[in-house]
Amino acid sequence: MNEEYDVIVLGTGLKECIISGLLSVDGLKVLHMDRNGYYGGESASLNLTQLYEQFRGGAEPPKELGANRDFNVDLVPKFMMANGKLVKALVHTDVTKYLEFKAVDGSYVFKQQKIFKVPSNDAEALKSPLMGLFEKRRARSFFIYVQDYELDEPKTHKGHDLTKMTMAELFKKFGLEEGTIDFIGHALALHRDDSYLAQPALPTVMAIKLYKDSMARFDTGSPYIYPLYGLGELPQAFARLSAVYGGTYMLNTPDAEVVYDEAGVACGVSHGGQTAKCKMVVGDPGYFPEKVKKVSQVVRAICFMDHPIPNTSDSYSAQIILPQKQLNRQSDIYVLSCSFAHNVAGKNTWIASVCTTVETSDPESELGPGLALLGSIKEKFVKVSDVFAPKEDGQTDKCFISCGYDATTHFETTMVDVLDMYTRITGKVLDLTEKDPSQIEGQ
Amino acid sequence: MAGNPSAPMQAKLVLLGDMGTGKSSLVLRFVKGQFFEYQESTIGAAFLTQTVSVNDTTVKFEIWDTAGQERYHSLAPMYYRGAAAAIVVYDITSTDSFNRAKSWVRELQRQGNPALVMALAGNKSDKSDERKIPAEEASAYADENGLFFMETSAKTAANVNELFYEIARKLPKAAPTPAPAGGIVLNNQQNAQKKKSTCC
Repeated sequence: MNEEYDVIVLGTGLKECIISGLLSVDGLKVLHMDRNGYYGGESASLNLTQLYEQFRGGAEPPKELGANRDFNVDLVPKFMMANGKLVKALVHTDVTKYLEFKAVDGSYVFKQQKIFKVPSNDAEALKSPLMGLFEKRRARSFFIYVQDYELDEPKTHKGHDLTKMTMAELFKKFGLEEGTIDFIGHALALHRDDSYLAQPALPTVMAIKLYKDSMARFDTGSPYIYPLYGLGELPQAFARLSAVYGGTYMLNTPDAEVVYDEAGVACGVSHGGQTAKCKMVVGDPGYFPEKVKKVSQVVRAICFMDHPIPNTSDSYSAQIILPQKQLNRQSDIYVLSCSFAHNVAGKNTWIASVCTTVETSDPESELGPGLALLGSIKEKFVKVSDVFAPKEDGQTDKCFISCGYDATTHFETTMVDVLDMYTRITGKVLDLTEKDPSQIEGQ
Repeated sequence: MAGNPSAPMQAKLVLLGDMGTGKSSLVLRFVKGQFFEYQESTIGAAFLTQTVSVNDTTVKFEIWDTAGQERYHSLAPMYYRGAAAAIVVYDITSTDSFNRAKSWVRELQRQGNPALVMALAGNKSDKSDERKIPAEEASAYADENGLFFMETSAKTAANVNELFYEIARKLPKAAPTPAPAGGIVLNNQQNAQKKKSTCC
C-alpha cells in the first residue's frame, strides 16, 4: 500500500472503472479502491441479500423469490443505445469480450393514458396509430429528412442551417403537431424536458439519427441492448481491463480518505494507517463531500413482478417513456423492465423500475403514473438519491470528480461525463471513432 | 448446435491462488510452451485460448488469469461467471499458499457454478527439496472436497499438459453454460455483417 501511483481512483462505479481502464491502457500506474466489498458503487447490480441489506435493513429475502445468486438488481437502471457512445467505448477498448448482450424487446411512449410502440423511421411512421392520416405523411417527410441528413454533405441540408435554426422552427417547417413533437423529442431524441425546442436543431437531429441507427444495428424491437447479468457487469469488465493493464484493485476499504498537501492539492489516499502517494485522485462524489454540490434529486422505484408490463406484447424487456407534457410535469418519467431473460432475476420474475427527476416534496407519489402501468407488484424498493456534481474541474486540486447518475435511461450523458473527465485528466481527447465498426467498413 | 461434432466445445477456465504460486506460468507453459524464471505479473492478456482434443471431443479452453485482482482479494463475480472449470494453484514450498488455496476452494464453492470441474495444482514440484506440503496431505484434502489433484511444474513442464487434458476429460459433454438464445456479441465482424442490409 505504501507505494507511489500516477493515479488513485476511488469508487468502482461505471464512470470510475472506465477511466481506470483507459488510464491503465495509457500506461499510467493506477490504484483503484472502493469502500464497499463489491464492484459498482452507485451503479452496482445487487443480489437479493445485498438488496435487502440496503432497502430492508438486512431482513431475510422471502424464499419464494428464488436463489440469491439469480438476482442482479441494478441500482441505477439504464439501457445502452446499440450505436451509442458506451458501445463505442466497449468496442474501442475491446472490453466487449468479457460481456454478452441481448436486445431489449420493445420501446414505447405514453400518450393520452395509453402506451404505443415508438416509430423510428418513415415506414414505421406510416403504420403508427400514434398519428392521424395526414400527420403520418408529415412525420414521414420529417423522418426522411433526418435520415438523409449528413453533417458534411450540404445538399442533404435542404437549405436549413441546423446550427442556427431552432428545433421548434424545424418542426414547424414540417408542420408537425404537438403530440408528434412530444414523442419525437422525448421518446426518440430522449430529451428530459422541452428546453431543446428553443436551441439549435442539430443535436436533436443527431439524437434522432442515433436512435434510428441503433434500431438498425441489430434489427430488433428497440434501439437498446442490455448486458446479461445486469449493468453491474460493465464496471467489472472495465475494472478487469484496468487490472490486465497493471491496475491494482482494493475493495473493502471503508476508511479510504484523500490526503492533501499544505496547498490543498490531493497527493495520496490513506487506508489502514498507511498512505499511498499519487499525482492525482479520481473518484465519485461520495469521496469528496466538501468538493461537490447537489444539482438535482432522482427518485427510483425497483419493482418485482411475476408478469411482463401489460400492453408491451409480453416483452421480457422494455422501455416506456412518459413525456412530461402528458403528465403536466417538468421532467419525464421513465419505466424500464428486464427479466430472467437477461439473467437479472429468478425464473418468471420481471424487474421494472420507474424513475424521474424529483420536482415535489413527495417524490414517491411522483412515480404514480409510471407505477400505474406495471400491473400488480410483488415487492417495491424506493430510493431517493441526490445527484452531485463537482464544484471545480480538478485542475488546481488534482481531484477529478464524476457527476452522479441522472434520471436518463441510457448512457449518453454518462459517457459525455467520462469523456470530459478523461480530457481534464490527460489533456487528450479520446477518439472513440477510431475503431467504430462503420468506419472500418469504409462507408 | 450441440450436435455439431466439428465445432469445439467452449469452456471458460479460471485460475485461482495466491500471487507468486505460478498461475500465469502454468498457462504460458500450456499455451505457448514457454517458461520464464522471472515472469512479470500478468499484464496485457485478457485471456488465452488453447484447444485440446480428448476422446472424440474438442475443447477450446478460454483461460482467465486473475490479472492481479487476487492480491487484495478483489476478484469480481464476473470472473467466476460461466466458468466450466477452475484450477486452484498453490506452491508446494509454501504452507501459506496451501492454506490460502483452501480458502479459494471455499470461495469457488460459494461463487462458482455447482457443476464446476475443480482441480488443485501443487506447483513448483521441481523444488521438492524445499517442499513444505506433502503430496499426501494435499491429495487427501482434494478427495474430501471433490477436486482432483496433481503436482505440476511450469518450469519443467511436468504434469502441465496432463492437468489440462484431465480437466477436458472431466468436463460434462454438453457445454456447461450455453449462451442464451438471442445473445448479441458486440464486435466488429458481427457489426459488419449486420450493416449490409441497411447499406445504401
